[in-house]
Amino acid sequence: MDGPVIEVANLTHSFKDTVAVNGISFSVKPGEIFSFLGPNGAGKSTTINVLTTLLALQQGTVRVAGHDVASDPEEVRRAIGIVFQEETLDRDLTVWEILEFHGRLYSMPHAERRNRIDEMIRLVELELKRDVLVKHLSGGMKRRLEIARGLMTRPKVLFLDEPTLGLDPQSRIHVWDYIRQVNREGTTIFLTTHYMDEADSLSDRISIIDHGRIIASGTSYELKNALGQDIIYIETADDVKTTTVLRTFSEVKDIRPAFRGLSVIITTDGTKCLPAILDRLKAEGIEVMSANLKKPTLDDVFVHFTGREIRG
Amino acid sequence: MGTEFTTIYWRDMLRFVRFRALLFSSLVQPALWMAFFGIAMTSSFDRFAALYPVPAGAVAVPYLTFMAAGVMALTTLFTSLFGGISLLFDKLWGLLREILASPAPRSHVLFGISLSGMTKSFIQVIIIMLFGLLIGVKFFTGLTILQAAVAVAGILLFVGVFSLGFLFLSSTISLLMESPEGLQAVITLLSLPLFFVSNALYPAESFPPFLQAATAANPLTYLVNGIRYFAIGPDFYALGNHYMYTAGDVVLSFLALVLFALVMFAIALRTFSRAVVS
Repeated sequence: MDGPVIEVANLTHSFKDTVAVNGISFSVKPGEIFSFLGPNGAGKSTTINVLTTLLALQQGTVRVAGHDVASDPEEVRRAIGIVFQEETLDRDLTVWEILEFHGRLYSMPHAERRNRIDEMIRLVELELKRDVLVKHLSGGMKRRLEIARGLMTRPKVLFLDEPTLGLDPQSRIHVWDYIRQVNREGTTIFLTTHYMDEADSLSDRISIIDHGRIIASGTSYELKNALGQDIIYIETADDVKTTTVLRTFSEVKDIRPAFRGLSVIITTDGTKCLPAILDRLKAEGIEVMSANLKKPTLDDVFVHFTGREIRG
Repeated sequence: MGTEFTTIYWRDMLRFVRFRALLFSSLVQPALWMAFFGIAMTSSFDRFAALYPVPAGAVAVPYLTFMAAGVMALTTLFTSLFGGISLLFDKLWGLLREILASPAPRSHVLFGISLSGMTKSFIQVIIIMLFGLLIGVKFFTGLTILQAAVAVAGILLFVGVFSLGFLFLSSTISLLMESPEGLQAVITLLSLPLFFVSNALYPAESFPPFLQAATAANPLTYLVNGIRYFAIGPDFYALGNHYMYTAGDVVLSFLALVLFALVMFAIALRTFSRAVVS
């Protein structure tokens, strides 16, 4: 397939009188890991539910794997795999039975299904848990089983809705490894997350969504660069006066109040700019308690575009 | 024609045998009905029945035999009315999402769940028959092995269609409900009139006219007619009443149940196709 594997144009979706998704458009290329990044309630899950045919399309056009979700939902379902945000496992079935059930639900022929189950159990390293009931698995194992299930039918696109929600750091990294491995083998991944580091570490391209609209799109590198070269965190005795002084620097692009002090986005190399700033502040008689230089992260990108932290 | 419904069936049966307590209670409960209610009521009802002489040569059926057919019908009713609860649990635990996101047609999901409920009813009905014969129920008297086998097949056919109808109804209610408590409430409310306004445990012939009309609209009546026809015979006396079923009556009863099942299926499918899981 040469064209995009997911094409969304002017998608709008409302629940009663709240607009959850407001006229978004984007496309995902085959073989990509594409992330939808945004705070809870931004419209990520609504979008994924429309793309996976769980919610009926209200407005706009959505094509997944070459099929229209409105006119051809069955073909879309056949072509995709999904790992839902909440655990979707029958606790009273074994690991093997979960996969057998799924394969049969998708009408996979017997021999292919059995081979594939073994292959998937090996992939997510659950060989020793094969005949263990799901209720006896750890959170990370359950997630891996769900990923295995999502991949069982060799989908063109794998949808992952908050795949590491509630997992401990070690399990998260484990799950990321599987996602990368699966992607290397050719599966396009559509990921939603509200973890910046997750989107940053995994994605080829990211769209940031807030209040039902896409507010920025690009690679992680592009998004951070769009922001500026570096960020200086500076803590002084007089933030108001500091702000006035800093505005006179041509390299300063944006100044925002930070957790303590100010965060200053600059367009040039911070290692050269910072000493000049400190000298100037000293000359103005402003006491500097601390100064810290760092590269912008996706957190900064998010704050820049939305004016608020992703949580709270 | 896909076979996805066998998948749903397989999982539901797997859970049925896995939940030991549920399995045990569903197997023992019908026998308890027979043992306690049956024997207790028989001792009093048969005294009244003795007041009504039966014409010479006619078959007089003891109350235990009369009510055994009713207990089979009632057990099927209760089991089927609750059978759709699998769908409610799947919905509440989010498992329905996996199924709805799959290419499996929704009619298959309904059929799979309902066939597993039907299987459970078959098992219970057979237990009641066997246990009943053990404690002295006069079923299949004077029949050859082959005729008895046909009679059992006839009973299962009636039980099957009846249970499908109520399983589709139960699935519809489950899809509309938000909690098991809600389902419980609706089903209790439904089951009481169905239970009492029928000829399952006592004759409906002496009901006041409006109750008789209600009895005619109650699917349970048609199931009980079918079971009595096959298990006891076309012509017998019980509790002072003369029961006569022609082949035509039985076919009509069966068609009534088929119609009921079809209507319930249409409603369930309509409800299901509108179901949205978020």
